[in-house]
Amino acid sequence: MAAVRIPPTLRAEVGGARQLEARGETVAEVLDDLVERHPALAAQLLAGGELAPFVNVFVGGEDIRTLDGTETHVRNGDSIVLLPAMAGG
Amino acid sequence: MAGYRELLARVRAEIDEVSTVEARELHRRPDAPLFVDVREPDEWEEGHIPGALYTGRGRLEQRIEGFVPDKSRPLVVYCSAGSRSAFAAKTLEELGYENVVNLAGGFNDWKRNGFELTIPRVLSAEQRSRYSRHLLIPEVGEDGQQRILDARVLLVGAGGLGSPASLYLAAAGVGTLGIVDADVVDESNLQRQIVHATDRLGEPKVLSAKRTVEALNPDVRVVPYQERLTSENVERILADGWDVIVDGADNFPTRYLVNDASVWHGIPVVHGSIFRFEGQVTLFQPGVGPCYRCLFPKPPPPELAPSCAEGGVLGVLPGIVGSLQANEALKLILERGDSLAGRLLLFDALGTTLDEVTVRRDPDCPVCGEHPTITEYVDYVEFCNSVSLG
Repeated sequence: MAAVRIPPTLRAEVGGARQLEARGETVAEVLDDLVERHPALAAQLLAGGELAPFVNVFVGGEDIRTLDGTETHVRNGDSIVLLPAMAGG
Repeated sequence: MAGYRELLARVRAEIDEVSTVEARELHRRPDAPLFVDVREPDEWEEGHIPGALYTGRGRLEQRIEGFVPDKSRPLVVYCSAGSRSAFAAKTLEELGYENVVNLAGGFNDWKRNGFELTIPRVLSAEQRSRYSRHLLIPEVGEDGQQRILDARVLLVGAGGLGSPASLYLAAAGVGTLGIVDADVVDESNLQRQIVHATDRLGEPKVLSAKRTVEALNPDVRVVPYQERLTSENVERILADGWDVIVDGADNFPTRYLVNDASVWHGIPVVHGSIFRFEGQVTLFQPGVGPCYRCLFPKPPPPELAPSCAEGGVLGVLPGIVGSLQANEALKLILERGDSLAGRLLLFDALGTTLDEVTVRRDPDCPVCGEHPTITEYVDYVEFCNSVSLG
């Protein structure tokens, strides 16, 4: 199980939760698990079935683009941050 | 009991001394010792040895360990003629400093020999009083305060983030604050935009901010730009010369524009962004760390990135995030501490947590990467609207 931090822009899609537990060996599987339980997330996270380019995912504080992308291995207890850009100031 | 002359002679016999000619040779070396000036403030203000640390004799024992924690660091202590500094050198040895020498002949002899001097710019009595709490901090001190007074910071946005950032930077004494904002003060701003006030409704934000800031600190000159930052005016505004940009914009096109301009001009950007209960803060420093496009190559489509006007924001949140931005800007000015370059802070006001993720430079970044593909300003509104969910 990994703890996934849900950013404020996505909380409406998951019933207001700030953090969710999700299963999966890779980032892709973790996201699949989340989307399966909260289908509304698909429109926000995915583009053409892939992780949308404007969604940043960090595993253990590192950007998965600098690791193995959505194939990045997720260990039990890892913390995952979904990080969208925010424009507000 | 020993008289003064006897005591001085005894102390001088117990310490090491160098002549001003020898001291000058030491001063020229790349590994020069630290010169410590123990004269009275008015003597220092009339000129001192370049790079010297001013502590004053009166508080030497109290303050030296804060300034010079490393007791093995070589020190050359001087006063005007070498007597007061002899006692100071003795005291420093008693405090555990291992490599202390007294400058025989002192500053008077140094000056008589025609050696290099620094005539310090001095703070006025009012400034000494106003910034006294900075002057007490070894990491700031008089040199640091002069740096702050000389600094030029450009604030993009005089809203939620720009309010606390401008107030704290002004209070700290940042000499010139540029503020770019096209808006006027609206009632809905006042729940968080503390640089404005109820009697300013309808007034341009840059002028309202200028009034508040200049009332807070007359040392600060505010340069108002009552316009939205665009590809057309950005070069003109940056030509005025800025050391740091504090990005408190409220939209993606401006943020990408600020990024590209800052990379091309080599100006560090202290980034802050907020939504509801969450804030992000980092430093984008060209040549040192990643840029905004390394972190966010593409903005989210507008429907997925509501602004504070659409989604709301807790009033105190920009106070916290904007203050962190001011802190980062001051560290840059002072060249102190560990910067936020390459580190993105995530503040969650509901959990009261501060998390950090690592942001790395993208070698393929279209602006700061090895083979940039964007080398001039683009239509940023068009760029931000062209992203779709596919």
